[in-house]
Amino acid sequence: MYEFDRQRITKLSGFGMTQSSDAYLYRPTSEDQIRELLSLARQQGRKVTLRGSARSYGDAPNGSESLCIDICRMNRVIDWNPDSGLITCESGATIETLWRTGIEDGWWPPIVSGTMAPTLAGALGMNIHGKNNFKAGPLGNHVTSLDVMWADGRVETLEPSNPLFFAVISGAGLLGVILRVTIKMSKISTGNLRVLAVSPRDWDQQFELFEKYEGDADYMVSWVDCFGRGDQSGRGQFHAGWYLQSDEADYRSLLIDSQDLPDSIMGLVPKSVVWRFLKPLNNRFGMRFLNAAKHHAGAILGNHKTVTQSLVAFSFLLDYVPNWRNAYLPGGFIQYQSFVPKESAKHVFAAQIQLQQEYRLESFLGVMKRHKQDRFLLTNSVDGYSLALDFKVTTGNKNRLISLCHKMNDLVLSHGGRFYLAKDSTLRKQDLEQYLGPALNEFKALKQELDPECLFVTDQARRIGLI
Amino acid sequence: MKAIVIGASSGLGLELAKQLAANKCHVACIARREDRLNELRTQFPEQIRTYKHDVKNYAEVETLFPKICKELDGLDLVIYCAGYMAPVTPNEFSTTKDLEMIDVNLKGAIAWLNEAAIRFQGTRSGTIIAIGSVAGDRGRQAQPAYNTSKAAIATYAESLRNRLSSSGVKVITVKPGPMDTEMTHGLGLSNMMSAKSAANKILGLIGKNGEFYLSPVHKAIFYIIKRIPSPVFRKLKI
Ligand SMILES: Cc1cc2nc3c(=O)[nH]c(=O)nc-3n(C[C@H](O)[C@H](O)[C@H](O)COP(=O)(O)OP(=O)(O)OC[C@H]3O[C@@H](n4cnc5c(N)ncnc54)[C@H](O)[C@@H]3O)c2cc1C
Ligand SMILES: NC(=O)c1ccc[n+]([C@@H]2O[C@H](COP(=O)([O-])OP(=O)(O)OC[C@H]3O[C@@H](n4cnc5c(N)ncnc54)[C@H](OP(=O)(O)O)[C@@H]3O)[C@@H](O)[C@H]2O)c1
Repeated sequence: MYEFDRQRITKLSGFGMTQSSDAYLYRPTSEDQIRELLSLARQQGRKVTLRGSARSYGDAPNGSESLCIDICRMNRVIDWNPDSGLITCESGATIETLWRTGIEDGWWPPIVSGTMAPTLAGALGMNIHGKNNFKAGPLGNHVTSLDVMWADGRVETLEPSNPLFFAVISGAGLLGVILRVTIKMSKISTGNLRVLAVSPRDWDQQFELFEKYEGDADYMVSWVDCFGRGDQSGRGQFHAGWYLQSDEADYRSLLIDSQDLPDSIMGLVPKSVVWRFLKPLNNRFGMRFLNAAKHHAGAILGNHKTVTQSLVAFSFLLDYVPNWRNAYLPGGFIQYQSFVPKESAKHVFAAQIQLQQEYRLESFLGVMKRHKQDRFLLTNSVDGYSLALDFKVTTGNKNRLISLCHKMNDLVLSHGGRFYLAKDSTLRKQDLEQYLGPALNEFKALKQELDPECLFVTDQARRIGLI
Repeated sequence: MKAIVIGASSGLGLELAKQLAANKCHVACIARREDRLNELRTQFPEQIRTYKHDVKNYAEVETLFPKICKELDGLDLVIYCAGYMAPVTPNEFSTTKDLEMIDVNLKGAIAWLNEAAIRFQGTRSGTIIAIGSVAGDRGRQAQPAYNTSKAAIATYAESLRNRLSSSGVKVITVKPGPMDTEMTHGLGLSNMMSAKSAANKILGLIGKNGEFYLSPVHKAIFYIIKRIPSPVFRKLKI
């Protein structure tokens, strides 16, 4: 039996470490315990906040003074069918659980994020997308059923025929507790991708590359150097990936051992200490240097080269350097990702980069992807492109950075763009209203119906007016 | 910033609460006299919440403390300022009066600061300020139990500091000298510091960790006084 325990108070933050608040942290292992926690919260007059691996950057997994239900210990694989590729897991299982379970039988998660740490609960709360979004849509498109516990403790199984399915997925942890998920994995015959690298010199070339490969590639992503000015604005490095097909399953490449990331970089430096070397470079001048070096090296050495890369190495590049976010300490960092329809994406991204340069707050990392629309209620999707930007936060730059983000928001909104709640730290209520439009009222009506006492809250939802 | 001030209806505590509120801090103010608390809340309606509580109701603290944190929506600072000094004549040995001082000055402090310790240990942040007194530095003739309570709170706070430093929690002990407040009315003391100026100095200590006097003169004088051998100290009658 759970009791209210003052010692459980814990400071919780999102991945960017910029926003934090204190909550009573509980890590249940069963559905019954979750139900108990919902009544405990009610009895204590407290709210409930749902939390996965806290890989959302801002305040989405936080809830000041709430009872926080961390789902991570409910991580069992309940059923795996290597013939159909259907996997059923408790929702605390992660993207890593999916690929490790499936790969040796020739199945890969249909959608992966840039890190394998997210839980399925958190991944569906935000409805994550991968570098194949233009083709495969978000993770929600590959869910065949999910079990949800509503605020009153009832459990319901939702399938895509039920409109609630499209609200709970993308619902930012506000409608009910996702307990179990069934996902259809993607069939692969080898554990490798064929990856093409091209170095575009400007925005025109960036967009041409995406257009050229979108009908054909399985994955596309481009890195953008935000320090490129004038006619070099938009320079970077584009990658397209194709599943390597083979007539017979390539058993060796499907082994977990051939996928696992190496423990050291170039066989020398243990990965766990690499962030310490990054830290001195993690400022405007260091990053300008690294970005330029990467661009020129790419342009000279790797232009139009094709290499074979393991799925894990291609997908989870960021997991190569554990604790890399510590390089952003003490202030932490925010990620800013906007989604813009294809007609105006070039204009908006170029203007965003120019604004950053005017503010002298260039993002240290820019990542561009191609997207298609989906029908989830709080969707971020557009038929267009997204640009994700990382900004280091310091006491000195904080206010200017927020002002820059708000200017960039205005730009995005005036072109019919959208935002992604997993990457949000700076949205205002009016921004959310503008891009969600009637969907916001629809969401609030559902919230009222499913959770009339507003038991489920997050700091983000309070900030941006989702509740 | 979110703060709790225990003993905020008059004197030093009242000044601390006002100065915090004036600096846009949200403050939960605790004391017995509701009229005083209401007056304070009217001055800073946005900033100040008030809670009527007698620190001798130790059992109440376990639920009141988390409730206050919830209503403040967080917590960064706890100041235990409640204090009582009974009028004690030179030949008087009143167990009732003496235990009352131990109850308010020490046992109440333990009840509140243990809760603060539980919270800040969990959140790995926060500042605790315990108001001791120069009166706790020696066992003087005038106020055996008051001196004891102030010596004890300083020792208790030192232990908290040593326990919590690895969690990043700051514990500050303040040892004010005589201050012009209701506690000292009619005692005929001179050279008293105003509560306003004491409060200002105390809030300036936030960010530090350790034990502090409020003036360099006190620091020097009590450095010496603490080292006077007891037989000599007895004769000095200070
Ligand atoms: C390095 C890095 C790379 C990333 N790359 C990508 C990427 O390529 N594509 C992408 O889309 N995202 C990406 N992300 C973001 C990440 O995938 C999402 O933030 C994801 O939601 C994180 O899952 P989580 O388990 O950490 O959930 P959390 O961040 O803990 O929570 C996310 C949301 O889910 C809700 N939630 C948690 N548990 C439950 C539950 N049981 N029931 C209902 N709701 C719940 C929470 O309340 C919260 O609103 C990346 C993040 C990092 C750090
Ligand atoms: N004045 C000095 O010269 C001097 C010197 C050194 C240290 N100090 C210390 O400074 C602190 C503040 O004293 P002060 O000079 O400001 O005296 P004060 O004006 O008398 O204030 C004492 C405060 O403590 C509160 N308090 C007393 N008993 C309480 C109880 N049972 N429950 C709840 N609250 C109680 C009082 O509120 P209610 O009565 O409304 O409950 C009041 O707010 C005390 O710890 C004192 O020992 C004072």
